[in-house]
Amino acid sequence: MTKLSLFTGCLIPNRYPGIERATMFVLERLGIKCSYLKEAACCPAPGIYRSFDKITWLTLASRNLVLAEEKRTDILTICNGCYSSLMDANNILKNDAGIRNEVNSHLAKIGKEYRGTIEVRHIIEFLHTDVGVKKISDAIEKPLEIRAAVHYGCHLLKPTRERKLGSSECPVFFDELVEATGATSVPYESKTACCGAGGGVRSAMLETSFKMTEYKLDRIQKAEVDCIIDACPFCHLQYDAGQVELEKSGKDYNIPVLHFTQLLGIALGFTPDEVGLHLNEIVNLKFEEKITKIENGNKNEK
Amino acid sequence: MKNTEMLTCFQCGTCHASCPSGKYTSLNIRKIVRDSVKKDVSEEPELWMCTTCYNCQERCPRGIKVTDAVLTLRSEAVKKGKILPAHRKVCNILIETGQSIPLDDKHLDIRKKLNLRTDEVSWKKARKEVRVLLRSTGFDELVKR
Repeated sequence: MTKLSLFTGCLIPNRYPGIERATMFVLERLGIKCSYLKEAACCPAPGIYRSFDKITWLTLASRNLVLAEEKRTDILTICNGCYSSLMDANNILKNDAGIRNEVNSHLAKIGKEYRGTIEVRHIIEFLHTDVGVKKISDAIEKPLEIRAAVHYGCHLLKPTRERKLGSSECPVFFDELVEATGATSVPYESKTACCGAGGGVRSAMLETSFKMTEYKLDRIQKAEVDCIIDACPFCHLQYDAGQVELEKSGKDYNIPVLHFTQLLGIALGFTPDEVGLHLNEIVNLKFEEKITKIENGNKNEK
Repeated sequence: MKNTEMLTCFQCGTCHASCPSGKYTSLNIRKIVRDSVKKDVSEEPELWMCTTCYNCQERCPRGIKVTDAVLTLRSEAVKKGKILPAHRKVCNILIETGQSIPLDDKHLDIRKKLNLRTDEVSWKKARKEVRVLLRSTGFDELVKR
């Protein structure tokens, strides 16, 4: 198996560190060797910086890629934004010698050179492809009999020409991982639609971004699920903090939001607190009771 | 924008029909990308209403790279100093900290409680190198415009 360096990005370590904790638990439990990409900086976030100046975006991304090249490891991301920036930048730099030379002229000022020797992975496709649904399913200690609304997030799947993970219209690989934990992935309308956060819309037009979130949450609520499972901390923030914002206009969702690593962590035997569910804005006690009941039920069986 | 790919658009509107932002905003992705061939759209606020979800690009029957075109149009606008205040603020945070969302005291405490790494030496080095690179590419000057 390829050696990996964990790229945590900004949002997970600095706003949702529970996801980072869950990721470390899960990787260790599944026997996946992965160490931090220590000196990494912002990926940089595709929404704003890629829009602003392509060469700056590529130069900052290449610095992160070079850190992994120096360690001779691939990069493992746990955020769709980091995945998108680092993978797209890696592809552009590998295939365009002119751009690569320009970026290297900037990197030379910090004594680095991009060579194009590594790959960029996302934990969802990595777990599905390299670990496999069966191995994950076999490792589960507490099959979670819950109903989940899976949200892939745009940049895990698109642009499909770059991602090579199949069609973005009706993907299944993430649902298969969620179901490996014992949960049921419940179909819902507009499942692959955007959460509303990307492209710099959340930062500059918060209310507009929440209209898109409301559209999604209304449909997720209609599907009568216990929780939302995402693969990206930006979608996570949008759904979690978004519910609190939408409460002000009379909405009442109270749907807990979990990054997949948090769901998997719980199914592997960690408590909701250990994987940082209490650090979310939305803390749903009924959901936690249901999880605890499953945990205790399993203990009694043993 | 001199992008001849846009001229192959036959105006079917699949892009606009697939646009999550266009449901709620004045963004008409078909129109803005088409208009960009014949005029400067740098001033149009709609340019910044796209979440870059890529639905339009994925579904375009002509294979036009619609979302990529939005990114290019945005960078042309930025060169002319058309930067939204909130975005300028985020850019300055990147220049100062090397990150888009820097660690605050509250989350530093949480990290310690969760027994997660706090590595000031590596973070400082990252910050310094990012600043050198942003000066080298002219990004710090770009966002001052």
